[in-house]
Amino acid sequence: MPSFVIAEKCDGCKGGDKTACMYICPNDLMVLEPNEMKAYNQEPDQCWECFSCVKICPSQAIEVRGYSDFVPMGGSTVPMMGTEDVMWTCKFRNGVVKRFKFPIRTTPEGEANDYADLKGKDLDSGLLSTQEADGYVLVAPSELA
Amino acid sequence: MALPNKPIGELKAVRDPEVEKRDVDVLIVGGGMAACGTAFEIKKWASDDTSILLCDKAALERSGAVAQGLSAINTYIGDNKPEDYVRMVRNDLMGIVREDLIFDLGRHVDDSVHLFEEWGLPMWKKTDDGKNLNGKQGMKAGTLKGGATPVRTGKWQIMINGESYKRIVAEAGKKALGEENIIERCFIVELLNDTTDPNRIAGAVGFSVRENKVYIIKAKVMMVACGGAVNVYQPRSVGEGKGRAWYPVWNAGSTYTMAVRAGAELSMMENRFTPARFKDGYGPVGAWFLLFKAQTVNGLGENYSASDEAKAELEKYAPYGTAAVTPTCLRNHLMMKEYKEGRGPIIMKTSDALKKLAETMSKKEMKHLESEAWEDFLDMSVGQAGLWCATNTEPEKKDSEIMPTEPYLLGSHSGCCGIWCSGPDEDWVPAEYKWGYNRMTTVKGLFTAGDGVGCSGHKFSSGSHAEGRICAKEMVRFLRDNTADVNFKETDQELVDFVYKPVRTYLDNCEYTTDETVNPNYCKPAGMAMRLMKMTNEYGGGTATYYMTSGKSLEILMDLFDMFREDLENIAAGDLHELMRAWEINHRLYTVEAHTRHIQFREESRYPGFYYRGDFMGQNDEEWFCFVNSTYNKETNEWSLKKVPYVKIISD
Repeated sequence: MPSFVIAEKCDGCKGGDKTACMYICPNDLMVLEPNEMKAYNQEPDQCWECFSCVKICPSQAIEVRGYSDFVPMGGSTVPMMGTEDVMWTCKFRNGVVKRFKFPIRTTPEGEANDYADLKGKDLDSGLLSTQEADGYVLVAPSELA
Repeated sequence: MALPNKPIGELKAVRDPEVEKRDVDVLIVGGGMAACGTAFEIKKWASDDTSILLCDKAALERSGAVAQGLSAINTYIGDNKPEDYVRMVRNDLMGIVREDLIFDLGRHVDDSVHLFEEWGLPMWKKTDDGKNLNGKQGMKAGTLKGGATPVRTGKWQIMINGESYKRIVAEAGKKALGEENIIERCFIVELLNDTTDPNRIAGAVGFSVRENKVYIIKAKVMMVACGGAVNVYQPRSVGEGKGRAWYPVWNAGSTYTMAVRAGAELSMMENRFTPARFKDGYGPVGAWFLLFKAQTVNGLGENYSASDEAKAELEKYAPYGTAAVTPTCLRNHLMMKEYKEGRGPIIMKTSDALKKLAETMSKKEMKHLESEAWEDFLDMSVGQAGLWCATNTEPEKKDSEIMPTEPYLLGSHSGCCGIWCSGPDEDWVPAEYKWGYNRMTTVKGLFTAGDGVGCSGHKFSSGSHAEGRICAKEMVRFLRDNTADVNFKETDQELVDFVYKPVRTYLDNCEYTTDETVNPNYCKPAGMAMRLMKMTNEYGGGTATYYMTSGKSLEILMDLFDMFREDLENIAAGDLHELMRAWEINHRLYTVEAHTRHIQFREESRYPGFYYRGDFMGQNDEEWFCFVNSTYNKETNEWSLKKVPYVKIISD
């Protein structure tokens, strides 16, 4: 189900510091054609349809078309990313439309606690830093063979 | 035709790249769940003057197996006992596992899950009257760490709203390690050993997928966690759909290949995973089995897995086959029997399951259930949702087919191939399972986690993260105890020549023909990928033969591998993306060769349903109730395989 870029909508992220789809694709598929300033999927048969490019595109210029070797035409699944939820529009070949909204995150972006000030004490124990801080006791197995 | 020939990709490769050299204490290779765990944990233990570098082939925010998201966390111990976790893994993997590693993981994994929730990953909760709350509604029930009840689908799995799972985990890892210590789009391709002690790790070499640059990195201690191996067997879809692999298509076996070439011992590489999933879209079936209680039937509409014949078949594989939960491979084995005897296809009765649930649920509850069913796909396998849309499949009205996929090699999901690692340095761990540093390979200073650690499957996302954290602490311990400087013998020029050889091959030959893809003087990654998958599929127990192979087939396969390896000397890459593909196919070769050499060595069929040795059907506990370990000598191109005793630690 390779991603594709809608020519009219893609502006190559020229206002940004990086081409978003090219930055995010886990398989290095999305690439910018610098003369036209438009992105494309350079290897559609290696696309995992992870939708990372679709979700990150600031112009909503990327969608996904079903794999030509087994997906009939006419359906689509389109996400709209918010800060707390994702909204999916799933369109069937026969015209049925289903919409779903799911939470994606319960904290503001950038606020994940990295425990910057936490320092572990006993390097030779088997405890992880937050386990040590919580006073967790590392148990050995008690039901031995 | 547009002559002269030029590379197809946008980022052209040049003959002589820039060289960037780094000298660090700790190198983390990989950016998935395990590496993010290491990134989060390591500075909690390292002194402020410790230099740490992480290299990721992609971008941390969406790299690795969790890039797309997940709808469940499959390992959360909660109120269960770690001993029972060991028993579950042991039974699923037909008895031969490293119980020290599994138990150790079981006592650490929940801490990572609690962090995920604190960082913002929405976790479903159960109300006191047994209703499910999604991750947002569930916040009012408190946190798992604070004692709230998760929504369990099975004994070990909990439901999440996990679309942004990886983004959240990566954010914490990035913040903790510092963005200045991370190089994204840097593909490490080979590890380098120490000059004075060849069994010690000393560095690594790789290249940028964004600019013509080779990275030469010296490191005193290192972790390699680059996932498992995908597209090593021909997928069932061979056109565009070959990207729709079940496991992430970018997992190229880099973990195993780089480690084995550095001298590390591999273990249980014969183990593979061929998951039964919704056909073609490869969407998850776990929620359908466990949450919605759906049944599968054969083409005649029979509940084949409950038949007397199936029970008799499972008894052949006692005690695993007769356990309360049938091992994953044996569930596949029963399916294979249906296919081979002409009773396919296998159908998941989604309609019956939802009808049954509707009998006790309100309309509003059913609407919610429908949404849960779709979220299961949309959170982790959008393509399956797309396939349902395109085929007008509303699961309450139309059933779907399930089918076992092509084989995958991995150590963190329901498989256990990987690298032979030290367990924790504690009294209860057998002496032969520990050599000082937890999760260190047999190469001094080289650690691994997640898919890298062999013999301990069923870690999944949370366990891989926790294991990456264990590595972080152990690497700092190693660093404290081993202060001697390291050096490798390879010169900068040798390393650049090695990494950029495919580029030179391309530039030297590309003008000879009128089509740059067809040239007698070189081979291209795209063609080599198909060639490798064809040979493994036909001779190494792929889908073509219902996972069946034999001694003679494997003998032929080894000859094909030899020529393949020789031809890789002539692989050509005109642009940086193609150079990445060239190195990936190299990594895939060594990994799948290790896999099939192990199958060749183990003269039994330990995992029916995953693969069969036609000449040695059935379990042979008398001779093969042991691990199989292997090493490879890259100077002489010789593999060595041996049996390693299994030690039972946890009682039945």
